[in-house]
Order: sequence, then structure tokens, then C-alpha cells
Amino acid sequence: MKAAGRLRRFAGRFWLVVLVVLLWEAGARAAGKIDFPAPSLIVARMRELWLSGPPSRLFLSDDTLSELLPGLGRMFTGWLLASLLGVVAGVALGRSAVASHYVEPLLHFGRAIPPPLLITPFVLVFRSSTQTQLAVIVFGVIWPVLLNAMEGARSVDRGYLDTAAVFGLRRHERLLRVVLPAAAPKIFAGLRLSLSLALILMVISELVGSDGIGYQLLVAQRNFDSPGVWGTILLLGVLGYALNSLFVVVERHVPGTRRSGPGRPETGGVT
Amino acid sequence: MLKVDNLAHAYGSHHVLDGVDLTVGDGELVSVVGPSGCGKSTLLRSIAGLVRPAAGQVLINGVPVAQTPDDLAVVFQDYSRSLFPWMSAAANVALPLRRKGLSRRERRDAARAALEQVGLGGAAGKYPFEMSGGMQQRVAIARALAFRPALLLMDEPFASVDAQTREELEDLLLAVRATHNMSILLITHDIDESVYVGDRVVVLTRAPARVVQDLAVDLPFPRDQIATRELEAFVRLRAEVGKLVRGRPVDKESQ
Ligand SMILES: Nc1ncnc2c1ncn2[C@@H]1O[C@H](COP(=O)(O)OP(=O)(O)OP(=O)(O)O)[C@@H](O)[C@H]1O
Ligand SMILES: [Mg+2]
Repeated sequence: MKAAGRLRRFAGRFWLVVLVVLLWEAGARAAGKIDFPAPSLIVARMRELWLSGPPSRLFLSDDTLSELLPGLGRMFTGWLLASLLGVVAGVALGRSAVASHYVEPLLHFGRAIPPPLLITPFVLVFRSSTQTQLAVIVFGVIWPVLLNAMEGARSVDRGYLDTAAVFGLRRHERLLRVVLPAAAPKIFAGLRLSLSLALILMVISELVGSDGIGYQLLVAQRNFDSPGVWGTILLLGVLGYALNSLFVVVERHVPGTRRSGPGRPETGGVT
Repeated sequence: MLKVDNLAHAYGSHHVLDGVDLTVGDGELVSVVGPSGCGKSTLLRSIAGLVRPAAGQVLINGVPVAQTPDDLAVVFQDYSRSLFPWMSAAANVALPLRRKGLSRRERRDAARAALEQVGLGGAAGKYPFEMSGGMQQRVAIARALAFRPALLLMDEPFASVDAQTREELEDLLLAVRATHNMSILLITHDIDESVYVGDRVVVLTRAPARVVQDLAVDLPFPRDQIATRELEAFVRLRAEVGKLVRGRPVDKESQ
């Protein structure tokens, strides 16, 4: 009963996706161009690239293990690092009017630099490609977290702070139980933005590396492997979608962020 | 306990308080009434150390208030901005108890008991957004009562609860005051209420506020919602306070 209902809702929502794919298939077959492969071809190539391993490894191929996972590892490491730094610095700055007054222009300058451009100087500084890639990701994705955390910590409602003062909450209690939860919607909006940014920067930074999805994309292009190129792009889309969905689920289960009903807390932030 | 001495305050060029004098003795319950917008909340915020007054001072046990005094609890007028929406009712009530050195269990029990007292025993796990305005206000009252402060400041705490609950809360306040010897300053716009709960009623003028009259309420204890309100003395006091609040448009001209 329940499963049927869910299936119907799923079908009601995704019929458009199915339709688009079918049209694409028909269009590509009609065009018959090698650089515009049909989705069936692309999916077959994707399977070959990433899911042709033995069942004992969940079908993950050697390429998946040696190209995909290290890249994703770098992405998560970079994102987590940037998140930690961004939240700590952002909240500290948001709570200090003086500090943010001086630092803010610097932040907006830093944010304005297109992160891919930093690959060149970072290669010179770090030499190792892993460090360069990490640095590019961290530098590129820290801004949304930092600026949102700052904005969130700065705009904590006076009423909350007055209450904290009147009941004599100590500094750490005020920070952990009042300021952070009050800023949480903004912080999460920043984290989410930066997660999708991290995926993009991961790929871009891998164009100079020797492994990863970006590198695979480059190889496929050099070999005129057009299903491979399209497959890589499709994979990135799927990854981005999955990451975002995962994020939403995780956010919903973070304690202390409930405030406006059973759904997601209101978000909306600055980049 | 509390002494407010010639307190004055202005927001920009808008004068709100103009030399307010006021005392609250140990264990005393003083009601403050005054027309809307006359500066009652500003007075309360100055006492709580949240507003730095332009002139005059606030003394608690003889010590001038610079920051928020210890051992003080406040029920704010705007309860929706004073309850933390990310915490359940019980967590909101229990939070200030951490600094009292109570164990987790003691805090939880105290929070439950306080919620029980304000008639919200069943709503401990509810979040503010799941509660009506009157319920939220009662959570804020429970939080202040559970804290057992030496001085309790309340800014129109019963404004959005129904008449019956209001009477229960008034009696609760009197009972808590008697058992824990709290000093209470209660701001209200309800003249009946100011007389019913008060040991004294302080009437303020329209802004910029000054004290028009400081009336002693010599009604017998324990007070009773029906019997007390029928007393001749009650009726007389209520009429007098009513006249003072409405009457005498501020004698600005005569100054
Ligand atoms: N932060 C503020 N900045 C500027 N003006 C303010 C501020 N707070 C209050 N006022 C003004 O000061 C005056 C007194 O405000 P206050 O809130 O103290 O009055 P009140 O007696 O509590 O009113 P009410 O009975 O409606 O609660 C009002 O005219 C109000 O507009
Ligand atoms: Mg007010």
C-alpha cells in the first residue's frame, strides 16, 4: 500500500526526466553523430568505466577505486577543512563588530578571486599536486561558509542575547546554545553552497593532476572517447545531486536546528 | 532590595524616562502601571542592565547596576523573541539552571515542576512553534520561576493568556513570592491586576514617564480572586489607580 503510494509519487515527479531522456535518445539516434552519443551508449560506457568490477567489490571497477575515490576523498577533506575554518572564523568575526569592520573588505576581495586561477600559483607554492588540489578546494569553498556564518552570528536576535544576559549564561553556553543555533540556518546554507562548489573545484583542480574524474575527462577527450566524456559529465551531475540530497538528510538530523515545523528550517544566505 | 534613583532615559531626542524613583523592598511585590508607550519596558530594561540610562542609577542591595545583575530573572514582554525556538519548552526552562550547579536530573525535574505550575505539564517536549502565544508566555514565566531569582522583573507577563489562566497565574505568583521570598516588580496595563497582586502600585505618567503616585495596597492576605475583588478597599483602590492612569494629562505646560 505504502510502497505503491510512494511509487506513484515518484512517478508523478520524475516522468519529465524520463521523457527528456527518451527524447534525447531518439534525437541522438536520428542525428547519428559520433560526438552526440545516445544516452544508452553513454550509460553503457559509464558501466564499463566505473561498474565493471567483480561483485565482491560491489562491481566497482579499478578505475573507480583509483580515480574516483581519491578525488572524492580530496573533495570531502577540503570541504570539511574549509567548513571548520569558515565556521570558526565566521562566527568569531560575526560576534566582533570591530574585527569584522576591518576584515570584511579583505574577505570580499578574497571571495572575488576566481578559485581556478589559483591553480597556477598554488602549483608553484605546493609542488605536490594533492596539496595544490586541496588548497584550491579549501580556498575556493571557504567563502560561502565564512560569510554566511559571519552574517548569521552577527544577526542573532537581540531578544535572544538579552535573555542570555539576563539569565547569566556563561560565554560558552551563550555561544553553543544561543549564537550557534541562531546562526545555524545561515551556516547550513553556506555549507550546502560550498559542497556543490567543492565538487566543481575538485574536477577543475584534477585537470592539472594525474588522477580523478577531471583527469579521466581529459583522457577521454584526448582519445576522442565521446561517450566517456559525456559519461563523466553525467556522473558529475549524479554525484552533485546525491551530495545535495545527502546534505539535506544530514541537516535535518542535526539537533538544535528545529524551529519552524517538521520540514527543513528556513534557509537562504549570501554567497 | 531594589532602588531606582532619579532614572532618566531618551532614545535620541525622544525622552522616555524623566526622573523615575522607585523602590522594591525584600520580598515585596510592586506593580507598575502606566499608559502604553510611557517607558515601562525601558524602565525594566534599565533595571536589568540591558539599557544604560542617560541619568540616575539603579541600586540592587545598595550596589549600582552596571551590567546584568546576578540572581535576576526577567519575563520579557516579547516572549516570542525570548524563548529559544530551537529548544523544547523543558529545555528552555532548564537552560538557566545550569549555572546553579544542579545536576542534569535536578534541572529536568525543576523544569517539569515549573511547567506543571503554569499548567503546561503535558507540553514539556513541545517546541515554541508548536505552542500558542499564551502557552509560550507561560513557558517564559515557568523559566523565570524555576530560576528562583532574588529579584523577578515581569513585563506584562499575562497579556496574552485567557482570563481564567490569568487568575491562576496571578495566584501562582503570590504563592511563589510567599514561599521563596522573591522581590517582584510587575509591569501591567491591567489596573485590577496591579491592585490584586501588589503590595504597592506605582503609577507612571505618559512619556516622558515620572511617578505620579506610589500607593500602598493594604488588602489582607491570602488574596482571593472573588472575595478580595469584592472588598470595598479593593474597589476604592482600583478606582483611584484608574483615575491616576487616565486622568491628569501630563502637566508638560506647567514645567
Ligand atoms: N530601542 C528603541 N529605540 C528607539 N525608541 C524606542 C526604543 N524602545 C522604545 N522606544 C520608544 O520609547 C517609548 C517607550 O517605549 P517602552 O517600550 O519603554 O514603552 P512601554 O511603556 O513599555 O509601552 P507598552 O505599554 O506599549 O509596552 C516608545 O515611544 C517607544 O517607541
Ligand atoms: Mg512595554
